[in-house]
Amino acid sequence: MQRVAVVVFPGSNCDADTLDAARAAGSDAYFVWHRDTDLKQADAAILPGGFSYGDYLRSGAIARFSPVLRAVTAHARAGGAVLGICNGFQILCEAGLLPGALMRNAGLKFLSRPVRVRMEATDTPFTGQYERGEELTLPIAHGDGRYVADAETAAMLEANGQVVLRYVTENPNGSTHDIAGVCNVGRNVVGIMPHPERRNAQVLGGQDGARIFLSLEARNATQHAGDMRAVDGRHLRV
Amino acid sequence: MSAYTVEIRVMPRASLLDPQGQAVQHALQALGFAEVANVRAGKHLVLQVQASTREEAATKARTMCDRLLANPVTEDYECSVSQ
Repeated sequence: MQRVAVVVFPGSNCDADTLDAARAAGSDAYFVWHRDTDLKQADAAILPGGFSYGDYLRSGAIARFSPVLRAVTAHARAGGAVLGICNGFQILCEAGLLPGALMRNAGLKFLSRPVRVRMEATDTPFTGQYERGEELTLPIAHGDGRYVADAETAAMLEANGQVVLRYVTENPNGSTHDIAGVCNVGRNVVGIMPHPERRNAQVLGGQDGARIFLSLEARNATQHAGDMRAVDGRHLRV
Repeated sequence: MSAYTVEIRVMPRASLLDPQGQAVQHALQALGFAEVANVRAGKHLVLQVQASTREEAATKARTMCDRLLANPVTEDYECSVSQ
């Protein structure tokens, strides 16, 4: 069982769904408030979707200076798993934990609908349970989803296999190279615009997003079996 | 120390698509302003800054832009200082 910290900012609105999705996958998931300064020994941190700080100035621009981001940055720099979903992706870009930036959709409209994406990288903590090249249906819900990176950065992302998700059949927002998600060079920090927590059960119309959360647990089972330690001073886990 | 007024103009980088500017341009053309071409939309921030010199105020403002007010990946900025 992985300890998963779901970070809550003022204006987050996918935090409860994300917590539920992580718990449904078997994780010990809990909320961490934006003023908290530690992640309570998390194995993974998830920055959920929403409109942190009202999206003032730029989406994610103010959240990146919140106290909890120092803890998230330290966790990421130590190789810990970090996932940013939608607004979380915008925050990770603003914080410099992921390359590039997210700008206003090319068509200006806020888009809230399912899209088709292709899984391009399965060697991250959140995508190990997918097949490379697999096509998925996942919902998007964003106004600022156009991924932008200069030509040099985009070429580097492609060469390093850092594009994690790519829109197929249509590019809804004008993203560079149809990019819907990327990871850092260390592959432990992942940002995606689609919302896997809104598509993790048949009752939600499909479960293509479930394996984002199951991948964390599967990685735990295979890589950290026998890893016993105290967690939060309360209990031991194997 | 004296108070300076710092005006900061943040613009989307010229090489990037600016859909907001395009929408404004289309609206202006729809109103009959056919002579309008290439509208770009940015932000204008006005700050009151305490500093001992004009140069210090300008340096502080540039640091603010680098750290928060402009995104180095997508935006360019200009600062002007007055007393």
